[in-house]
Amino acid sequence: MIEKNSPLKQGILSGLPIALGYFPIAIAFGALAGQAQLSWLEAVLMSALVFAGASQFVAVSLLLVGTGPLQIITTTFFLNMRHLIMSLALNDKMRGFPPAWKQGLSFFITDETFAFLTLGEGESNHQRPPVFMAGLMVTAYLGWVSGTLVGGVGAHIIPPQITTAMTVGLYGLFIGLLVPSAKKSRPFILVAVLSMVINWGLGHWIESGWAIVIATVLAAGVGVPLGGGWE
Amino acid sequence: MKIFLLILGMTLVTYLPRLLPAIFLDRFEFPGWFKRWLKNIPYAALGALIFPGVLLVDQEQPLLGLLGGLSALGLSLLNLHITLVMAGSICTVLLLQYFLF
Repeated sequence: MIEKNSPLKQGILSGLPIALGYFPIAIAFGALAGQAQLSWLEAVLMSALVFAGASQFVAVSLLLVGTGPLQIITTTFFLNMRHLIMSLALNDKMRGFPPAWKQGLSFFITDETFAFLTLGEGESNHQRPPVFMAGLMVTAYLGWVSGTLVGGVGAHIIPPQITTAMTVGLYGLFIGLLVPSAKKSRPFILVAVLSMVINWGLGHWIESGWAIVIATVLAAGVGVPLGGGWE
Repeated sequence: MKIFLLILGMTLVTYLPRLLPAIFLDRFEFPGWFKRWLKNIPYAALGALIFPGVLLVDQEQPLLGLLGGLSALGLSLLNLHITLVMAGSICTVLLLQYFLF
């Protein structure tokens, strides 16, 4: 029995929108993995161990054109450098958690879980307990892994239009988390908009994974002397 | 076997950047400017994740992603719950796909 309104239950409820957003996209991933000659078990194993949507899609796309494993692993590494920055910011919110919890929860950092735990439900100044974070993250994780299973065993029940619409839903998640938090403070708005502009500009010249990392580091830095994030 | 090693390699290089701050962060007490930088990270990261990525949701129709994003912006300015913002942007795109594109 889960106690009513327990942090675990709240975490699971907060993770549901992410899980629902992940599910159809994971089905698409599972289906694509099948085209790249991965068995459903390998596709599910990749989702369960890697848990990074963009990297997995890139990896499978590269497999399809015959790229070697070392190149794929290197690409994955650079694509996920942004999680280093996100993990820094999230672990700052987890100060005081037992080390094993922090190391475990850090495995589940994605763009979406990070967004939710730093801007959404996690924005309040009192620290969320580890079980809340675990509930949210594991719920999102199960959405991703179970969707991969459904797509991998060949149930192509989701038409591409739905996948496109659900991808917009994940952007809706980002926007819906960013806007209400940012509009409370002008420096935050400036940091977010500046980051968009830098990312867009850099995207013409360098690989998008790096553009996001550099834009994030620079725009957050510009916000420092502006007093952004200082209470 | 090749695929299995690939998955293990990817696991390593995706978990490592996530894990390192969990191990090292507590050993340092950061100066004020660094803490302010950390507090700005979510806003900067979300900005970069949203744009221009939202335009690429449908590679052939950047307008579709743009309008889906703008509907999310409008709904979030109304302080609606995050689930409704997501649902609203999804419905906008489904309707646009059905009637326009």
